[in-house]
Amino acid sequence: MRWLRANLFSNWPNTIATLVIVWLAWKLLVPFFDWALVEAIWVASDTQTCRAAKGTGACWALIHEKHRFMLFGTYPFELQWRPLLVILILLALYVTSALRSCWRPWLAVAWMVGLAAIGILMWGGVLGLRYVENERWGGLALTLLLATFGIALAFPLAILLALGRRSELPVLRALCVLYIELIRGVPLISLLFMASVMLPLFLPEGMSIDKLLRAQIAMTLFAAAYLAEVVRGGLQAVPRGQLEAAQALGLPYWRTTWLVVLPQALRISIPPLVNTFIGFFKDTSLVLIIGLFDLLTTVKVSIGEPQWVGFGVEAYIFVSVVYFVFCYAMSRYSQNLELELARGAARGGVR
Amino acid sequence: MQILRSGRSRALLFQFLALAAVLGALAYLVHNTMANLETRKIASGFAFLAREAGFEIGESPFLAYSAADHYGRALLVGLLNTIRVAVVGIVLATVLGTLVGLARLSSNWLLARLASIYVEVIRNVPLLVQLFFWYVVITENLPGPRDAANPLPNVFLSNRGIAMPGVEPHPLYGWLLITFIAGLIVAGLVARWARARQARSGQPFASFWVGCGIALGLPLAVFLVAGAPLQLDAPQLSGFNFEGGVVLTPEYATLLIGLVTYTAAFIGEIVRAGILAVQRGQFEAANALGLSRRLTLRLVVLPQALRVIIPPLTSQYLNLTKNSSLAVAIGYPDLVSIANTSINQNGQAIEGIAIIMAVYLSVSLSISAFMNWYNQRLALVER
Repeated sequence: MRWLRANLFSNWPNTIATLVIVWLAWKLLVPFFDWALVEAIWVASDTQTCRAAKGTGACWALIHEKHRFMLFGTYPFELQWRPLLVILILLALYVTSALRSCWRPWLAVAWMVGLAAIGILMWGGVLGLRYVENERWGGLALTLLLATFGIALAFPLAILLALGRRSELPVLRALCVLYIELIRGVPLISLLFMASVMLPLFLPEGMSIDKLLRAQIAMTLFAAAYLAEVVRGGLQAVPRGQLEAAQALGLPYWRTTWLVVLPQALRISIPPLVNTFIGFFKDTSLVLIIGLFDLLTTVKVSIGEPQWVGFGVEAYIFVSVVYFVFCYAMSRYSQNLELELARGAARGGVR
Repeated sequence: MQILRSGRSRALLFQFLALAAVLGALAYLVHNTMANLETRKIASGFAFLAREAGFEIGESPFLAYSAADHYGRALLVGLLNTIRVAVVGIVLATVLGTLVGLARLSSNWLLARLASIYVEVIRNVPLLVQLFFWYVVITENLPGPRDAANPLPNVFLSNRGIAMPGVEPHPLYGWLLITFIAGLIVAGLVARWARARQARSGQPFASFWVGCGIALGLPLAVFLVAGAPLQLDAPQLSGFNFEGGVVLTPEYATLLIGLVTYTAAFIGEIVRAGILAVQRGQFEAANALGLSRRLTLRLVVLPQALRVIIPPLTSQYLNLTKNSSLAVAIGYPDLVSIANTSINQNGQAIEGIAIIMAVYLSVSLSISAFMNWYNQRLALVER
């Protein structure tokens, strides 16, 4: 009661706002839940049932019917356990990387083994697995692969760019600044277009790379520029004394950087890095525009089929939920980590 | 070997090698590209801009365009369409974002929760998904024009877009704009004089209200003297669509709604952070000096909050402009989408993409230049 009075009815404007919100919620949320849950059709053998309920109940049967396509794209049906396993491996890697107690050298080894296993599972061709060309990869598996490999490949490049931008060598610095500002100044779509129509022109005759790899290259180059700026922020936050102490010990540039500066800089920049990862994960959906079958594309194609036309709202709510789960988990994690690291710093521990 | 030990010559060598590697790679790519263009018989150069485009553009509200016009004009239409959605989007997103930011700080628990749910949901779903969602909502779930929803008088929501009343153009309106700008200049001069006088004699002067009066009163006076020629043009249903008034196509409406709601979530967080960044002691000090609530806000809180808010805000404006390129996915003819069409028609990918990049880069660079100027100006104010 006291809580209600303090937080909802403390004065007249507040009371009015509360009442308006409650009224709106009543008018909007109740019909929405009615539509989304109560009247919804979860499983249907044909679309007639869904058509009959259109307007009163949601047709989640669409998701039920199409979930294999949305998760794995056009991967051969009987081999779909392979991308499923890939998704599970990736999730396991994400979770272990998030636990601070796992931040040990073996984590890097785990990643390498995991990524190698993923490559073997997706392509096949060895160990008695059938070869699957990567035009047939798709769905959630492709989205996760694009995001994971994009970040994994962009990260080393980003560190080099950030170091270059902070370098005392003017030519090197100018090159890095030019690259970073050029990439950050243009929309990702123009880079994807560039990768899909211009990259083939750049290559010597007779050599060609497939669409997936071209998109991956564009995404990586894009991510590297943004990550570089985050890493640069971390580098700037390392106290100058650290650098000077390392130099006083006689450490050369690379060992100073590798042993003293980078570990501290990266630690500081983990929360903003995770935020950049979120943005990048969302941006992978843009590969739809150049015709890759990621999660969003498979959903869009599903509702393009004649029998499912008209159920776009359900389909896009479903995709939104999938993206939301991943991004929200990451953003909560980064917030918690930030608090934790700040607490460590306040105690005077390692920053 | 001795030379390599000295730091300076080594630095020079490194830089030379880096530059040589980059230039070498570029030369290699250019060489390949030239060879490829030759074998594929693709023309190069910007001569295509003067050739006939041969495709229609869905909407071109500012510039008459037909398929017989040349590529250059088509791209210009695209640029204007980008600007049209970006400018309106920036204004609306700022308003909505400020409201969201203030709502998150509200003492009303329900309102604050609502705002934070809004921010979390919007920020964690890709913009492209949201655009598709809005497009489906408008084109598939709104009624047809014949039984369009009519939430406000003369405003119609239908699957053909949003129709609302517009003001019929009149030659006087150009003059109104000019008097308004003149009024702003006069108001600025008055404010300057008032500040100087206050510094000299300590006498305050309500320059804000006087300024408002001049800037708004002048055009109003002109308007009234000219006989108040105001003609509202309401949309009318004719055949299968609305005519008259302002009709926003589904594509434009989708893009605008998507960009505004998306960017507003980010702006809301920026506004909130900016206000929270003003320390409590500042409020208390202003109170202790006896400043009124309005003066506290204007003289103490806002200048400090704006210093935190403006830099990330401009980068959000830039993001909105860059994100407007997603128009290509829903079929709104912005610059990227028209350049894409022209690439598909004539195969001149390099020129098309170069145009896109040049336009966005010049916008980005001019905004960063503004940011640097602004930061320098603020740095002087700092203690």
